[in-house]
Amino acid sequence: MSSIKQYTNIFLAHSAAIDAHSAPVLNALRPAALRALENARMPRKGDEDLEATDLNEMFAPDYGVNINRVNLTADPAEAFRCDVPNMSTSPYYFFNDIYHHEAESLASRSDGVIVSSLCKAAIDYPELVARHYAKIAPLGNAQVALNTLLAQDGIFVYVPRNVALERTLQLVNIMNVAQPVMAVRRILVVLEEGAQARMLVCDHTQSREVQCLSNQVIEISLGEGATFDFYDLEATATTSRRASSMWVRQAAGSNLLVDGITLSNGSTRNRYHIEVDGEHAETHLLGMAIASGTQHVDNHTFIGHNVGYCHSNELFKYVLDDRATGAFAGKILVASNAPRVEAYQSNRNVCASSEAKMFTKPQLEIYTDDVKCSHGATVGQLDQDALFYMRTRGIPEHDARTLLMQAFMSDVIGGVRIDALKDRLQHLVEKRFAGAMADCGECAACIKGKR
Amino acid sequence: MLVIKDLHASIEGKEILKGVNLTVRPGEVHAIMGPNGSGKSTLSSVLTGNPAFTVTGGSVEFYGKDLLSLPPENRSHEGLFLSFQYPVEIPGVSMVNFMRAALNAKRKYLGQEPLSASEFLKLMREKRAIVELDNKLASRSVNEGFSGGEKKRNEIFQMAMLEPRLSILDETDSGLDIDALRIVAGGVNKLKTDNNATIVITHYQRLLDYIKPDFVHVLYKGRIVKTGGPELALELEEKGYDWIKREWD
Repeated sequence: MSSIKQYTNIFLAHSAAIDAHSAPVLNALRPAALRALENARMPRKGDEDLEATDLNEMFAPDYGVNINRVNLTADPAEAFRCDVPNMSTSPYYFFNDIYHHEAESLASRSDGVIVSSLCKAAIDYPELVARHYAKIAPLGNAQVALNTLLAQDGIFVYVPRNVALERTLQLVNIMNVAQPVMAVRRILVVLEEGAQARMLVCDHTQSREVQCLSNQVIEISLGEGATFDFYDLEATATTSRRASSMWVRQAAGSNLLVDGITLSNGSTRNRYHIEVDGEHAETHLLGMAIASGTQHVDNHTFIGHNVGYCHSNELFKYVLDDRATGAFAGKILVASNAPRVEAYQSNRNVCASSEAKMFTKPQLEIYTDDVKCSHGATVGQLDQDALFYMRTRGIPEHDARTLLMQAFMSDVIGGVRIDALKDRLQHLVEKRFAGAMADCGECAACIKGKR
Repeated sequence: MLVIKDLHASIEGKEILKGVNLTVRPGEVHAIMGPNGSGKSTLSSVLTGNPAFTVTGGSVEFYGKDLLSLPPENRSHEGLFLSFQYPVEIPGVSMVNFMRAALNAKRKYLGQEPLSASEFLKLMREKRAIVELDNKLASRSVNEGFSGGEKKRNEIFQMAMLEPRLSILDETDSGLDIDALRIVAGGVNKLKTDNNATIVITHYQRLLDYIKPDFVHVLYKGRIVKTGGPELALELEEKGYDWIKREWD
């Protein structure tokens, strides 16, 4: 049986309750999502671009959905404090998929910036949210359709024309479940012309016994000349399953940085889909995965250059140890009427053990002559000459390997455009390679403790 | 300090060293010369523990310890240093982190506390001056984008930092112009004491004008076939290796 059926059954049995705990703008999309799911199937292993991940299997367990929005923890911020030292952030939280935030409300800002629960925003600003919600993420994608069918809340970020948000927005997703739960989250970001913002999303899992699934859809709309940094950091546990997809539309002259980082996890499938619709736009898509044990990380990326005179730069790096598996499928498409595009894609991987496996598929699809494009993928071991060189200087083999693995990630870390986060990430990666699992118990980008 | 007896070593089943004997005492400078492919670099690789080579016979004692039984890092801690013919570039590892890891590993091995950050940086500054290594190079990734001369100076800088008891300089003169050669050789001479020793592996007499050897050995077909004083190097410079080859072929 398709894994979708159990969730459409949940919807059919509880649609009234789902609607009651959400907003009309979100509810309006559910019938279309349901129709889209009628004949849909979750992609299986072996489907195109899914050489290594079985989404059907990921959704197959009998996960519950928190339809009645029972808040499992009175104050998540009390139980979990997250900050990146020296980085002034405005923190927002999801406990599973229940929204909570402790920062002063940005909703009443005079400059028109809105950062709020998506459900609340959809009630307070129905036209604005309706104009953007589910407009970029396609219902033809089963994961998106399922998310749209069941999503009751999420976060909404709106930055008006020529406004620059000084503080980095930080969203912390904390999974803590007593029974198998699927969290259904939605992130909607709209930057108008010339707006600027940065956002860090940290995923953590506190429960160690029970399996949970995050079903997340991110939509980002960048207006002309807008600048947006999006850091997507996963530091969860082996009990975590994550299916996340990001859908972006970039207008002319906009500048986007997406950095997808998996420090620790169970099984992850990320999709990053970027459509460049305006000339002179810049796209930086970076990714890093560190996996050991039996962890699995799959990133599927697409950058569509629909117009000319744009620049994109994509780099994904994996270090896999033990019996970990990694997968990368990246496509860059340059349309026929898109001259002078520069697009570079690189996927480089280290298998640190003989049992680690990497699947990679770099692809370019170019329909115009006047372009500069490159793509490449490598899978290899650590540089044996460098290892020996370091050992002759007295650095023990384990430390030398750690230094080399860190060094391997240095250009991805170097791509981070927030200095405090760059330093923190450097530290986290060092810690991860030194043997300590990036663990939300004593946390990764976050520090647990009393406020 | 170093006693090599009947050392045999091979790579991928091919025997390169076929019975090397060599004794080095504190305060001595030994030059090992020889035509291409005679086993000079193999000797330095085997002494420092390169896993690509297999020792098939013989023994090496270093201050009474069985050198061949130690992993490369412990050989370094015991005071053995190799200046590489082709220093390896390590993108992403800064010279500072690299040297700190090396130095603190050695201190740990010797039961000493790690150096504080300020002590360490002070030491870096002092030792950099010996080979006139620019601060900019010291803050970059290990050897990445260094010129040939800068790489060799960086090797001697690392030697100065680690204060080895026995240094092997493998073709340190290759790829150096005359100014760089003078700086590198000057650095080696400044580090010279009565308690440490140097093995200079070289093709040419040129380097030996700067670093004066006490003994000159000729390695040919995996054996030391001739040993003499500094005059042997001059003779080789003048006559080439053919006369030695004729004696042994």
